[in-house]
Amino acid sequence: MDIGRAKRGATERSNTEKWLWGGISCLALIAIPFVLEKGFSQYDLYLVIKILVFALFAMSFNLVLGYGGMMSFGHAAFFGVGAYCFSLLLVRASCPLVLAFLAAPFAAAIVGLIIGYFSVKIKGVFYFATITLSFAQLVYILAFKWRSFTFGDDGIQGIPVPAFISTDVSYIPYYFFALVITLICIYVLWKISKSPFGMMLMSLRENPERAAFIGIKVERYRLIAFVISAFFSGVAGVLYALLETSIAPEILYWSMSGDVILMGLLGGMTLFLGPALGAAIMVFLNSFITSYTEYWGLFLGTTLILIVLFFPKGLGGLAVEKYRTWVKGKKK
Amino acid sequence: MAVLEIKGLRKKFGGVMAVAGVDLEVQEGTIHSIIGPNGAGKSTLFNLISGYYPSDGGQVFFKGKDITGLSPQEIVKMGMGRSFQVTEIFPKLTVFANIHATILYHRGEGLRLFKNAGRLFREETEEILSMVGLIDKAAETSGTLAAGDRKRLEFGIVLATKPDLLLLDEPTCGMSPAETSETIDLIQEIAAEKALSVLFTEHKMDMVFCIASSITVLNFGTIIAAGKPEDIRANEKVQQIYFGEDQCSLK
Amino acid sequence: MPFDPSILFVQFVSGLSRAMILFLMASGLTLVFGVMNVINFAHGAFYMIGAYMAFTLTQYLTGPLGFWVTLLIAPTIVCIVGGIVEVTLLRRIYKKEHLLQILLTYALIFVFNDLIKIIWGVDLRIVNLPKSLQGFVRFFGHRFPVYYFFIIGVGTAVAILLWLLLKKTRFGKVLRASAEHRDMVGLLGYNVGGLFTLVFVLATWLGGLSGAVIAPTVRLSLGMGMEIIIQCFIVVIVGGLGNIWGALLGALIAGQVYAFGILILPNFAMAFLFILAAVIIIFRPYGLLGKAA
Repeated sequence: MDIGRAKRGATERSNTEKWLWGGISCLALIAIPFVLEKGFSQYDLYLVIKILVFALFAMSFNLVLGYGGMMSFGHAAFFGVGAYCFSLLLVRASCPLVLAFLAAPFAAAIVGLIIGYFSVKIKGVFYFATITLSFAQLVYILAFKWRSFTFGDDGIQGIPVPAFISTDVSYIPYYFFALVITLICIYVLWKISKSPFGMMLMSLRENPERAAFIGIKVERYRLIAFVISAFFSGVAGVLYALLETSIAPEILYWSMSGDVILMGLLGGMTLFLGPALGAAIMVFLNSFITSYTEYWGLFLGTTLILIVLFFPKGLGGLAVEKYRTWVKGKKK
Repeated sequence: MAVLEIKGLRKKFGGVMAVAGVDLEVQEGTIHSIIGPNGAGKSTLFNLISGYYPSDGGQVFFKGKDITGLSPQEIVKMGMGRSFQVTEIFPKLTVFANIHATILYHRGEGLRLFKNAGRLFREETEEILSMVGLIDKAAETSGTLAAGDRKRLEFGIVLATKPDLLLLDEPTCGMSPAETSETIDLIQEIAAEKALSVLFTEHKMDMVFCIASSITVLNFGTIIAAGKPEDIRANEKVQQIYFGEDQCSLK
Repeated sequence: MPFDPSILFVQFVSGLSRAMILFLMASGLTLVFGVMNVINFAHGAFYMIGAYMAFTLTQYLTGPLGFWVTLLIAPTIVCIVGGIVEVTLLRRIYKKEHLLQILLTYALIFVFNDLIKIIWGVDLRIVNLPKSLQGFVRFFGHRFPVYYFFIIGVGTAVAILLWLLLKKTRFGKVLRASAEHRDMVGLLGYNVGGLFTLVFVLATWLGGLSGAVIAPTVRLSLGMGMEIIIQCFIVVIVGGLGNIWGALLGALIAGQVYAFGILILPNFAMAFLFILAAVIIIFRPYGLLGKAA
């Protein structure tokens, strides 16, 4: 069997399908904001943008969890550092948008480098989770206490968002801004996941010993993944700050780290787009359920328990499986 | 030329001397076997040679260079490949991906972040898959393979690192007689085709006496006897340790 | 204002009493891990249920013995809940990887938090100290709440009982054997499933007890469970996962670190626990009394 040839054939067959789906998606992405804001409400478009932000966060995180096999319980630190660095530069230093936008993810990446340097050596899911949680909480406590720098628990209000993406009148301009940034970042993450580096990550996720015995310096690769993940989490943090126009230390709290893990679980950690789906479900359901009841936790918790027990590949993984069985059925 | 030379290698675990001063030589292009009862120190010795454990004394020379104290990664790069008693592969990856990932790393593409991995080194991957007889199963998830195929895959992974010396830790551990003789054939084929040296440990005597050109017998971390198979077979001390069957189950 | 060194002694005793609560909680957590190889993120929920049950029970049992009866009943109710959780839910994840165990038990926290919210509401609750344990004692010119010593007493008593249980009883021997060789115990004819349920019930009993005991000294809130579980994780990591004495040692250390941490960062003594956790994980990855796997 020539694997190469089989694969090429498959691509040729679905090329027209791909163009069709691509075109429809593009149209949908462009139409959505107008449909939502004019037809429904501004709040709905706000939710969609929030989904974009958390989709990016969750997918960056998945580089470490799904691809790298490391359950970090401290990614809120990178998200929060991105948001805080950006906001502080704007508010305290009147920094131009582009500069602040570039600096913030690098700040997040540096924090990722420091935390990662100590964490990637740690073996054992529980220990890794606890050490990343500990470091992230220290960042939270720092942000809370250092009032003179970070404004403490008052947070940063009224972030000066530039006029062209201001959300005062309409969310539509910001939607397109966030969409472009998110798509670029997702494209980069996609390339990375398909690259030889991505394969190295998956190998050392599967079997770090075997990986070492083919020569891979396991810790170095883990650290690189960690830093890249921190960088894009920082970008998500910046987008969050621009969306909300005010941020508070809560975004650094470990429940934010927990939330992004749950998004991965909901959508599927083994799929590239799984966490994005998880983010969409979580943001949307949260908004929907909390408008009817205050017992969102009960709903979320039960759903997640069912997923761990019966659909550990997440709803995205389940959908892909169903699709594959359906396609196989059609072939017969 | 000795591709591997060990001098006075020692390792202590707590109060126990697991390896107590071992000297060994593997000649280039030969198949050398280490035998000995359970607990003799065979796996420990392998872990010391391949850099997985630090030694408490002695030296290891590989292709003439002193590799004592080097990390597993560095030793692999120098051309030593290792298989494990409990087969170590990448279970959730496909058979193809297992070999593919290894080749990608070995050819230095490991840090390429923006190239498409799928297009690189496909022929080399397929070549190795054919050599270990797994080309038909390339798209299967490796974790679902039978024991014999898993071992083949592990050999494939090791081969992908272009080794000069193969360290095989009980390669037929837990296999049925049929799987065992298939694996032995495979080892001989690979060693012959790629002109490799092989050092392996084993329990199954019939297999050892068939393919090894020299044998070392280990017990309690020390060498009891070493030399050609006929000499070992006749050695009284070895016979005392265990009575080996010397039937040749191969051609 | 001169620094009064005897305040250190006050903090020391406060740290000891906190340590006892942490020990009660951490011993349950580490027992479950040691015997069943499960990490129960939701352990803090049982602590919370214990505390809230104490609240409700002391509302009704107002006589002089009310509090003591509460201390008997509350943990019992909690461990029944624990038994139900083990049989219906936890059993299914024993064979799964730690990552999924952590995720499932984390999800369980959300469920329990809301159930407690449904039953008790969101208001802060207060449990009154029983008359017999109110008041202070004087040592070296400082006043210590009598209740601190009660907590220390309870903790010590439980430590001794646990030691007796593990060393001297058959159940204890089987537990220790299971921790070393899980499969062997099943092969020897013991009902491993039932054993695991009993261990989990014991662990949740300890959790419920610690919640009931601490209830009069704190304001009961819905965040209690989360706070305590993180501290527990740090305690078992410091002491060594699966080791009861490690839980005690870890609790003693953590209690003191927290108590003195309060002097430096009044609202964020946790920071010092996080630093402690990071240091131990980096330099002594298996804890002070743990062994490498």
